[in-house]
Amino acid sequence: MKSIRAELRTIASWIKPGSRVLDLGCGNGELLSYLQENYQVTGYGIEIEQSNIVASIQNNINVIQADIEQGLTGFEDNSFDYVIMTQTIQALRNTDEILKEMLRVGREGIVTFPNFGHWRSRLNIMLGHMPVTKALPNTWYNTPNIHLCTLNDFEALCAEKDFRILQRSIVDRQHRSRTFNAFLPNLLGEIALYRIQKSLQ
Amino acid sequence: MPNSVPTSEQTTIANDSVGIVSPQTHHFAQAIKLECGISLPEFDLIYETYGELNTKKSNAILVCHALSGDQHVAGYNSVDDKKPGWWDAYIGPGKPFDTNKFFIICPNNLGGCKGSTGPMSPNPKTNKPYGRDFPIVTVKDWVYSQALLADELGIKKFAAVIGGSLGGMQALQWAIDYPERIAHAIVIAAAPKLSAQNIGFNEVARQAISSDPDFHDGHYYEHNVIPRRGIKLARMLGHITYLSDESMRAKFGRELREGKINFNFDTEFQVESYLRYQGESFVDKFDANTYLLMTKALDYFDPAKDHNDDLAAALSKTSARFLVIAFTSDWRFAPERSREIVKALLDTNKSVTYSEITANQGHDAFLIPNKDYQDILYSYMQHVEDSAK
Repeated sequence: MKSIRAELRTIASWIKPGSRVLDLGCGNGELLSYLQENYQVTGYGIEIEQSNIVASIQNNINVIQADIEQGLTGFEDNSFDYVIMTQTIQALRNTDEILKEMLRVGREGIVTFPNFGHWRSRLNIMLGHMPVTKALPNTWYNTPNIHLCTLNDFEALCAEKDFRILQRSIVDRQHRSRTFNAFLPNLLGEIALYRIQKSLQ
Repeated sequence: MPNSVPTSEQTTIANDSVGIVSPQTHHFAQAIKLECGISLPEFDLIYETYGELNTKKSNAILVCHALSGDQHVAGYNSVDDKKPGWWDAYIGPGKPFDTNKFFIICPNNLGGCKGSTGPMSPNPKTNKPYGRDFPIVTVKDWVYSQALLADELGIKKFAAVIGGSLGGMQALQWAIDYPERIAHAIVIAAAPKLSAQNIGFNEVARQAISSDPDFHDGHYYEHNVIPRRGIKLARMLGHITYLSDESMRAKFGRELREGKINFNFDTEFQVESYLRYQGESFVDKFDANTYLLMTKALDYFDPAKDHNDDLAAALSKTSARFLVIAFTSDWRFAPERSREIVKALLDTNKSVTYSEITANQGHDAFLIPNKDYQDILYSYMQHVEDSAK
């Protein structure tokens, strides 16, 4: 489940007021709606689920029904200040390609995902089972999360693809950023938030 | 609601119908200069309205009709009507375009054949029907004439302008030509301009009509005939483009009327019989010259043309919020065409919502009840209602 309410506060704190934002997999549009109301951003959500389109309309955001797996061909280079994907990358088939697309269209990208390296996940695996935790509530056979990763994995991908990490926040499920998260983030952090940019060649 | 008790011959009118409605006609004594350069010295627009215009005159919605549509959008003109207006599924009390909340108006377009000035109207110069001499009208002309009608009704700003197909093009043109007079544009199953394939289909339809020996160069009224074969063919062709391969397969497949092939050229397959019926029943309902005019208006529609073919530039001065809707199986104006509109709006940072409705009925899907489509409209219309306050 998306615990967007807490997460969006962190994301909002990273966003310059008045920015132009694209939210990929915007769900019910809650984040954009919050940013519009409190940070004067303009923007669009992209969503594939019909019920989420309706919910986004009800939340008074501009929503475009499209499959982000097909890429962002309709969007010009650097046409947004921020492209955001909250709790979405782990459910994509072509995660790396979409991250590249994200940083083509946006000057910066903001990505959040559940950390598969969290000790609860590790414990589950050690006990012989795929993790079912509060951050990852689905069972292995019906989970939409096909590309789970740890913080280390994500940062390795960023290095490989030349994405610069501008900011990172590792929090627990209540989105508290505790000191111990900073100490052993890949073990103790449940949710990862990254602000990234393509490297200036 | 009608007071009369329906007899077995009469249609039972549902509670969510606007009921029995009558069109009104406004006569414009002034001349209207058309985009082609020709002026009509005077003209009529026939229109129907549903719901009540509020005291602020802020709850008006303009519905624009498509190629073969007319002013009769919802309800029944008489208790003997077998079918309601062409968009009855969406207009009425409690329906997505809710007549309890909005004042809905739909005129028959200039050049039409249902009461507005068109080829069947008398040409004041000759006192005979205009026929082929009726000037070419464009989407821009229609929008201009609709704005004149809005002036007459005291409507300064529409809460929304709505249309499907060619009607959606008018909604788009409205947003471009009168940004201050439209709060929302709802553009359904439309395109920013026709493709070569689209124009090709229109040309075949026109050739079918104009090559009919009864066409008499468009002056068939004087000969007391109508180019039946031509208009029937045009309609049959058009009808195929309104359906999807999938829906035709589901509806007819290769079903034979007599259960076997007879090795002749009679109507053997059900689909042939259906298309002939559709064509035949259109002949007496629609004027061939109007059909020609409508197809030309479609072909000429291209708001980007005056902006170096840059649609975003054409839309840059709009201030309406847009709802764009396309249907997955529509190949006449496929979702890609709607996405061109959406992209242009995005590129110029306009407010736009886009929904691609899963539907297998092809282009006709915009007229047919569909829960996803209705849900989108219901939720979006809340914003239109807010604008009307």
